[in-house]
Amino acid sequence: MRRLVLAIGLGAALVGLVAARSPREVQGGATVTGKIKFTGAKPVNPKIDMSEEAACAKKYTTAPTAETVVVNANGTLANVFVYVKSGLPAGGSYPAPATPVVLDQDGCRYHPHVFGVQVGQNIEIRNSDPLLHNIKAKPKANRPFNISQPSAGMKTPRAFPAAEVMVPLECNVHGWMNAFVGVLPHPFFSVSGTDGTFTIKGLPAGTYTIEAWHEKYGTQTATVTVPATGSKTQDFTFAPK
Amino acid sequence: MSSRLLAGALVLLVAPPALAAQDANDRGKTVYVKWCSQCHGEDGAGDGPAAHSMLPRPRDFTAALYQVRSTPSGQLPTDDDIMHAIDEGLPGTAMPGWKDRLSASDRRAVMGYLKTFSAFFADSTQRPQPIAFGSAPGGGADAIRTGKQFYDSIGCFKCHGAAGRGDGKSAPTLKDDNGFPMFAADLSMGWQFNGGSSANDIYHRLRTGLDGTPMPSFSDALDAKMLTDQELWHLAQYVASLSPAKPEVRDVIRAGRHEGALPATPEDSAWKSVESYFFPLAGQIIRKPRWFAPAVTGVWVQALHNGDTIAVRVTWHDRSQSPDTAWLAHVARVYRSLTQDDTIPVGTWPDQIAVQFPRRIPDGMERPYFLMGSAQEPVYQWRWTSARGGPGTAVAGTARGIERFDAMNGGVAGQARYDSGEWSVVFKRALATADSSNELQFRTGRAIPVAFFAWDGSNGEHDGRMAVSAWYFLALDEPTPLRVYISPVIAAALTLALGMLWIRRAQRGAGSSRRT
Repeated sequence: MRRLVLAIGLGAALVGLVAARSPREVQGGATVTGKIKFTGAKPVNPKIDMSEEAACAKKYTTAPTAETVVVNANGTLANVFVYVKSGLPAGGSYPAPATPVVLDQDGCRYHPHVFGVQVGQNIEIRNSDPLLHNIKAKPKANRPFNISQPSAGMKTPRAFPAAEVMVPLECNVHGWMNAFVGVLPHPFFSVSGTDGTFTIKGLPAGTYTIEAWHEKYGTQTATVTVPATGSKTQDFTFAPK
Repeated sequence: MSSRLLAGALVLLVAPPALAAQDANDRGKTVYVKWCSQCHGEDGAGDGPAAHSMLPRPRDFTAALYQVRSTPSGQLPTDDDIMHAIDEGLPGTAMPGWKDRLSASDRRAVMGYLKTFSAFFADSTQRPQPIAFGSAPGGGADAIRTGKQFYDSIGCFKCHGAAGRGDGKSAPTLKDDNGFPMFAADLSMGWQFNGGSSANDIYHRLRTGLDGTPMPSFSDALDAKMLTDQELWHLAQYVASLSPAKPEVRDVIRAGRHEGALPATPEDSAWKSVESYFFPLAGQIIRKPRWFAPAVTGVWVQALHNGDTIAVRVTWHDRSQSPDTAWLAHVARVYRSLTQDDTIPVGTWPDQIAVQFPRRIPDGMERPYFLMGSAQEPVYQWRWTSARGGPGTAVAGTARGIERFDAMNGGVAGQARYDSGEWSVVFKRALATADSSNELQFRTGRAIPVAFFAWDGSNGEHDGRMAVSAWYFLALDEPTPLRVYISPVIAAALTLALGMLWIRRAQRGAGSSRRT
């Protein structure tokens, strides 16, 4: 009798556990990686006049510029947001990481300039400048926010409940400050850095639409099929229009 | 009980509210189409046929971004928030109050209908939660001093300017979420605040921010202990203290008589004791190109004369000392918003002010056309024009309509000062001049028609793109007649003489009685 009760108890616990994990988290062993190539004349980003904000200006040895088109030394393009647009198994669920993504305001610029978060994941907005910034998010699918951070050291958490690529962020005190955040219901995204590469890890086997987004040059998509494990390469090439 | 009967009962129970809601929605749509869609657009996108002639633009309901709310930044407004805007209107904008024009049920129906333009209102996860604002701590001089400290330390001046006149360094770059140009509020003209001008109203705006605009919420700064709630209240009290009550408009400027030399500069302390008169200005919308977005909404005027000369000081708020290339992008936004025409050249123009009189004092009520006269009946004007890095120039001249102005040689002196978003110009001229056919001859004791025009060059204003006033009057005090000074002396002397006579007579009487 006692054994029966135990079995029923265990069974119920198991059902509960399965129920809690459903919808299931899909994690695979495949990787999509690639390079964001750039062809054509390298555009010149306009200089930013920070003379009004000495505390920011003094953080630079050479005059800061806008980050609209950042071409790396190796000829690749930085700040391209690459993500899985479609193709993930239906019913998959990807809990938001407990660790926030840090968005820092330092030297009257946003760091990073382009980044991704998961739905519900906190963005920790920090002010490292000893002056007033306001941080305005201008989403369409989410509600906006516009908050002030009057001095250095302030941290404000914010999260977006709906997926949206991309949400523009801006400071109105310093009209040159802007950033973009991609909000996704899964962790399969990456931003090209100073070497121009991106890497999306942990994909289950399947065929995916991968989109690459750039703030000036728009989007490009590619279809990529990956096996259960191993790596697939998919490059993108952007050029001035 | 049969299931059919049960279903029938349920229908009876459920249907009436549902039908009522449908009726209210239909009613709301009818009211909206009739009264609101001209500005706000059939689909609520803030793009009705009249929207192009408005700055700030009518609310775009499709994004559900409302400036004046009781809820945190980014949250939907409450029904009461929307009702308040509908009932009372929004000062400083084209939105009138509707409580005297539409029935309560119509206003509520249209509020419900507005909410159908955005899916956010139907989303059950978007519940507006009003902020518990608390109540104001005591005000007074100390509170205002504290508020001023925070105004400076947390950077309000970056947009609103050192004196709060909306002339901060970031002011030229401001735009709303749809890219339309936006001025930082002139905090010394509280009667134009869309959310109200009391310290309570201002505190609420500091907590909620103005969604869709650059104005952020300071609630998170409170949570992070960047400042205390009391300090934020004091900031609101300080901002409230910057605005006088809405000035009343009086028709006649009295130019008092001043003995000796008249104050020649705008900063002369003698002006402090001279009565100031406020006159509202509006966009010039009679002649093309019409101007729907004047930056100057009023002028303050003071006048003095000394029997030979008249001095008129005109003071007005202007966010920019024009010409200034920092405002070029703003001018482009203003033109694009008002004209939908990208081919209109954008430029840098100076600031200007004009004081207008008829060429001679009329005997009756006849006056030249207020909009700079006509070819048949010209007007006499003083015009002052700013210059980059210079003192600016004042000229007198004859205007024959808005297209034609013929300057005279000299004729009027002008001195100007720009300080923290405020221009002040003193015009000075002899009361009588040689050219009595073209120049007004000022005379005391007469009602002299006067009107004003203002241009903010950094708002794209030049020529017919200007702010205008109606005709008002200027009256110069008569010289004080000599008898005013002599009569009291004579009266006093007479009183004294009569008194002495009476006393002497009384003394004499007393003496004679003693004799008897």
